[in-house]
Amino acid sequence: MIRTTPFHARLSELNTQGLYTHWQGHLSALRYTHAPKHEYFAVRNAVGVFDTSPLFKYRIHGPDAERFLAGVLVRDIRKCRPGHAQYTLWCDDRGYVMEDGVVVRHSATDFLLTAARPNLGWFTDLRGRMRVDLEDVSDDYGILAVQGPRSRAVLSALMPEAGSLLFFGHTQTKIGSAPVTLSRTGYTGDLGFEVTVESEQAVDVLDMILESGRGHGLRPFGEEALMMLRIEAGLPLVDVEWRNSRLAFTDHERVTPTELGMDWMLRGMADDDRAFVGGQAIRRELASKSSRWATVGVVVDWERWDSLHRDAGLLPPKDEHPLSYESVLHDRPTTDGGSQVGYVTSFSYSPVLQRHIGLARVRPDLAAPGSEVHLEVAMHHSNTTVLARTAKLPLFNPARKTATGG
Amino acid sequence: MSSYDAIVVGGGHNGLVNAGYLAKAGLRTLVLEQRHVVGGAAITEELVPGFSFTTFSYALSLLRPEIIQELDLVTHGFMPLMMPSSFHPTGDGDYLLLGDDHGQNIQEIRRHSPHDADAYDRYHHDLDRVVQAMQPLFDNAPPNVFGPKKGRDPEDQADVAWLLNHLGGIEQKVMHDVVRLITGSAADWIEDYFEHEAIRGYHASSSIIGTKVGPMSPGSGLVLLFHRMGEHDGHLGSWAFHKGGNGGFTQVLARAAGAHGAEIRLGARVSKVLTQEGRTLGVVLDDGTELRAPVVVSALDPRRTFLDLLDPRELPADLVENVERMKFRGVSGKVNFALDALPVFPALPPLPNGGGVDHYGGFMNIGPTIEYVERAFDAAKYGWYSEKPFIDAAIQSVVDPDMAPPGKHVMSCFVQYAPYELRGSDWHAERERFGDTAQAVLDSHFPGFDDLVLHREVVTPVDIEQVTRLTEGNIFAGEFLAPQMYFFRPAPGWSQYRTPIDGYYQCGSGTHPGGCVIGSPGKLASQRVLRDLRSSGHARS
Repeated sequence: MIRTTPFHARLSELNTQGLYTHWQGHLSALRYTHAPKHEYFAVRNAVGVFDTSPLFKYRIHGPDAERFLAGVLVRDIRKCRPGHAQYTLWCDDRGYVMEDGVVVRHSATDFLLTAARPNLGWFTDLRGRMRVDLEDVSDDYGILAVQGPRSRAVLSALMPEAGSLLFFGHTQTKIGSAPVTLSRTGYTGDLGFEVTVESEQAVDVLDMILESGRGHGLRPFGEEALMMLRIEAGLPLVDVEWRNSRLAFTDHERVTPTELGMDWMLRGMADDDRAFVGGQAIRRELASKSSRWATVGVVVDWERWDSLHRDAGLLPPKDEHPLSYESVLHDRPTTDGGSQVGYVTSFSYSPVLQRHIGLARVRPDLAAPGSEVHLEVAMHHSNTTVLARTAKLPLFNPARKTATGG
Repeated sequence: MSSYDAIVVGGGHNGLVNAGYLAKAGLRTLVLEQRHVVGGAAITEELVPGFSFTTFSYALSLLRPEIIQELDLVTHGFMPLMMPSSFHPTGDGDYLLLGDDHGQNIQEIRRHSPHDADAYDRYHHDLDRVVQAMQPLFDNAPPNVFGPKKGRDPEDQADVAWLLNHLGGIEQKVMHDVVRLITGSAADWIEDYFEHEAIRGYHASSSIIGTKVGPMSPGSGLVLLFHRMGEHDGHLGSWAFHKGGNGGFTQVLARAAGAHGAEIRLGARVSKVLTQEGRTLGVVLDDGTELRAPVVVSALDPRRTFLDLLDPRELPADLVENVERMKFRGVSGKVNFALDALPVFPALPPLPNGGGVDHYGGFMNIGPTIEYVERAFDAAKYGWYSEKPFIDAAIQSVVDPDMAPPGKHVMSCFVQYAPYELRGSDWHAERERFGDTAQAVLDSHFPGFDDLVLHREVVTPVDIEQVTRLTEGNIFAGEFLAPQMYFFRPAPGWSQYRTPIDGYYQCGSGTHPGGCVIGSPGKLASQRVLRDLRSSGHARS
């Protein structure tokens, strides 16, 4: 039986399309209007709301909660003070990434972890004799992402705290009479917040946010717009960019944190002695520089893209919907004997950047921005290549994303 | 001694594009803009605190994608907010609402006419084929095909060969459609596909813009085709509101040109171009300041470029004659509003929060049928403005909330027909009544509209001329008529951005391909300048 989220009663009224996908057993809107690109622009130029409630939510608390999380998560939770949140990974003991998620630290001993897939069993098994409780509170809360340059203004009218909250900061506050956790987090690469609210009060809180957004161009946005946004923002997605290492059949499907582009999480790790699952393998990989891949952005040469299609008698397509498959990267055009040097995991046209862009994994020697690669594309039923260049992620990274409120 | 390599006269979009390319190529480039703001006819002005008006030009489509890339406009804030819909009241209380979803569009057409549902696909495909065939002509300077073949410049020869080769490769059906469009009326073209009056009316809406034709006049097909040459993100004929209006766009151009090294001087009105023995020396400003440069590029319209900035006696007689003959008959005005709330279209009640504004997200086309628009044209033929004008309306603040305070809106209305010369009166006397007629039409489609109006700005063709210096207020710096396009824009023999004065060039919308915020005149003129500098050995390394 398909489930609905705590916001569904209201959001479904705003959904003029009836198009949903299934996200971990919940209805999740693909789009609310006939124009998902319009929803995307609401986030890039005004404000949008996205129902991210189907995320799994785990409350982890107890005297040893910090020690426990420090031993299972890739980033050091001890450096995350109450009132802050961390985007982090967890790995298997071979140092391959299982999943990613955000940990919100409420107090010295109380944390909330969100994850895209179920993970409670794995975490619980690692508890040992530590004094820590893990609780699945997924159904107790709805999470509404409020994203875009006007998100701060819309939320500040309801909660003055929104005005001063720092990037990856969070606070306990209220919207109307409903207690909420307000965090400056999101999955769009823009200025944005997430509001976590008890399920019973979700619709009331949503209504107040919608009301506050009136006149600010606020729109609900669906998964189609979200995919455009997250690719521009360089944010990976499990089962697209990689497979959970415990569910992968071969190491080809697995990635290490470095290979996933998360080497920034590992800064200083070689010199500390924190023991965590996968830590030894990760330190070994860092020391021996044995990573197979580097994650980079790719940007297609616009001129070659256009001429490739024009010469073939076609109008150059510029489709903001991501390809549903991986594409291969070569060192030279295949017609010129090129051989594979990487692969693109997500690829689409970016309306804001006015280029075709992708998230890719390349041989580490090609990671330097501007390295030339050749992207395989199908043209008239046969494969050819088009010139692209590697680039630093994220490809879209406005200052407002992390800037302090004014 | 000259302090600049090139001076661009006029900081409208083409002047800025031109300066951007010249500066990028290493020329010390100065843009001289008469007003306190760049943009020419593409400006955004805060006429009422919090309300941003696109006084003249109000949307973007034809801007060539290459210019976005080559001038690095994204880095400087380029942001076209795609229109999610276009909305066409059918005049009987019903409407046609088309959007981004093809299947839903087909059903919307079928709701009015099952016959027209498949015609819709065929129509757009045929037009796309024509655009595909014409695009290379649009994107390159017209080759010099006339005159004696002997002694022709080898580059010219290559260009002619390219053109003939390209034309020779076009399918017969497509070429026939090209000719039907260029020589025929929009009505004839459209009626071959659609039977429903309102669906015909919807498709005819772009066929009359800025040109003194009705949709039944031969030549309106050309105007229709011209507008179809636009694109966003690979979708031909699609439109966007630039963030901050078209003034927001020209600010992006100014930043890009500046980043490439161009200097922009505001409040600097050029009174004449200095010449000596058939060569340009620079320009003189209204205040008498002389500025020297071996290259001067005029972004003004052909009348200004040839007859105001130069002494006509310096020019060949046939050029003077052709420029004087060129048609600039402004036929449109603007009536822009600050609104207290969104208007209400009775057949489409607003949906709850966050929904239901899609019919206000793009153009609202007030011109239900071809006959309605043709009758609106009748008035203009006899020197008067339409009692029931065609209106292309847009509430930009729906897509771009920065344009108005929360909950309030700005509405841009392009109103046609409004001939530059009125018979028996003048625009000073008729301005507010012209505004009233447009507003009355809006109130008839959106009951209660009058009560929403917080502020109204009426822009007549005379205002356009006085503020922007566009002759007779013609928004395209010369109408889109076959005898003044391509090889003949702005005049036979002078379609390659040069003038008879060495070092003096033209890059305004009066040159190929034309107006409508394309940027190509500015770009193609810069290529001409740089090519000439290279061949004369004056190029800076």
